[in-house]
Amino acid sequence: MANTYDKKYSPFQIVLSLFFILIILAVLLPILNIVATSFSGREAIAMGKVGILPVDFTTSAYNMVFRDKSMLRSLAFSVFLMLVKTIVSMILTILAAYPLSKRNLPGNKAIMLMITITMYFNAGMIPNYLLIKQLKLINTFWVLVIPAAITPFNLIILRSFFMSINSSLFDAAYIDGCTEMQTLRMIAIPLSKAAILTLSLFYAVSRWNSVSDIILYVQNTNFYTLQYKLKLMLDTINIPYDEMDVSAREIVAENFKAACIVFTMIPVLVIYPFVQKYFRQGVMVGGVKE
Amino acid sequence: MKEKKMAKRSTLKRYIPLYLMLILPVAYFLVFKYGPMYGISAAFKDYNIFKGLSGSKWVGLKYFKELFSTPGFFTAIKNTLILTVGDLVFTWPIPIIIAILLNELANEKMSKVVEQVTYLPHFLSTVIISSIFYQIFAPTGVINNVYTSIFNCGPIPFLTDNNGWRITYWLASIWEGTGYGMIVYLAAISGINKELYDAAYIDGAGRFRRIWHVTLPQIRPTIVTILIMNTGRIFSIGFEKPYFMRNVLVEEASDVISLYTYRLGLQSGRYDFATAVGLFQSVIALVLVLSVNKIAKKLGEEGLF
Repeated sequence: MANTYDKKYSPFQIVLSLFFILIILAVLLPILNIVATSFSGREAIAMGKVGILPVDFTTSAYNMVFRDKSMLRSLAFSVFLMLVKTIVSMILTILAAYPLSKRNLPGNKAIMLMITITMYFNAGMIPNYLLIKQLKLINTFWVLVIPAAITPFNLIILRSFFMSINSSLFDAAYIDGCTEMQTLRMIAIPLSKAAILTLSLFYAVSRWNSVSDIILYVQNTNFYTLQYKLKLMLDTINIPYDEMDVSAREIVAENFKAACIVFTMIPVLVIYPFVQKYFRQGVMVGGVKE
Repeated sequence: MKEKKMAKRSTLKRYIPLYLMLILPVAYFLVFKYGPMYGISAAFKDYNIFKGLSGSKWVGLKYFKELFSTPGFFTAIKNTLILTVGDLVFTWPIPIIIAILLNELANEKMSKVVEQVTYLPHFLSTVIISSIFYQIFAPTGVINNVYTSIFNCGPIPFLTDNNGWRITYWLASIWEGTGYGMIVYLAAISGINKELYDAAYIDGAGRFRRIWHVTLPQIRPTIVTILIMNTGRIFSIGFEKPYFMRNVLVEEASDVISLYTYRLGLQSGRYDFATAVGLFQSVIALVLVLSVNKIAKKLGEEGLF
């Protein structure tokens, strides 16, 4: 990178560096402020003393979060759901991408067209809901897994990955008498490990973060993910404005709210440093057009 | 002739396992992506929950006529467009500018850190992002604390005033999307032939001219593609972000098409009317993508398809 002819400490470079430090701060400060708030005493928060460091350090808000067993339960459920969804999605995506990576497969173009159309036209919320209802999937575990099982975008990425594998490898496998399933298992998948890992992460994160299907299709509290739980927590704290005056409401639970947010954010923050480079790769592969 | 036929048959046989693999994925698309398209017919019927779709009476364009005489519908469209066009205006150029500036940064370690950090918010859920913004933009949140102590005046109503709320919404989009949006431009920039820069440098082109005559033209296809995609999206606002960002005091500004459909369809049970609203949105969104794509092609750009 850096197509620049400047010396490292030229005035322009210094100004530019300062600009980027500001940008980094703009991204991180909101998060740091929430973390600091979650560890601060209520009075300090109400008086607006909390910046990026906790004031009157206390863990009482976290004690409240961990005392709520349903919060931990829903953390466990979220992890379980994420794993199941990722595995199901990956299997289906591989099963679609591999045959479709064979250019000469009759019907290939038609199927790809059928898939691409769904990227640009969606029947809409209500027809989707009616279908889910008709299939008796409302309030089931699988409604959180199946309806969004394949993301066309991910499918196209994996397909172009399979296409980029040297075709002589596939020919050799065919001559050696490998079945397609064996070729897929022993050649295509091992050679696309990076792509498969990246796409798994895409699926995992989108499942982890998505809440709309729970709002639309699920009322069973056993199937509430951590994200939705957070929303409910904040809702119950946010007593409607007219019932209580604003300042009183905020003193009540500001640090507890922040602690809930941090608790929900931790899993992503912990794995982020390890997985972010794969995401970058994935986005770049996705940018490659056919 | 016969041999050719035989050969064809044997290759077809070779394809059978491939078709078997496709059964489940194709079934998935047919059921979950094309299945709901049958449900679209609810928009033209007097939907009766007990009789189901096929048993309900056909009423033609009744709901579309009703739609255009309902003020709530126009408010929803207006609100949607204000939020999405604002998003487009801010989230399209900002990643481009920052990516280009990042390319000018000599300190490579720092540019790595910038990339990694700005990318982070993209992985936080909408619930978390809106909660964070509610915390820091609250009347007693950190932003207003700083503001009131510097200017010695009352807090800015970021969450309770219609315009303040819209600004908060856009800021959340910028905070969330800038780093992610940058990646594709950085990739495009890193693909530029270094010799172009060297040639420009030798010819005496300064920094600005190198950006203007080398970087920008080289990443133009990417810029256009992203613009097409984003413009196509201005009618299809998501459900989660407005749902979590809204509050009682800004209902006038936050009632967008997706929430309007949700409220009418799933909360008031007017499936047929809500389907009509959703269909209207999907069709306009599709028309938008196709026309923007066509315009881009006419202008000599690559387009999406």
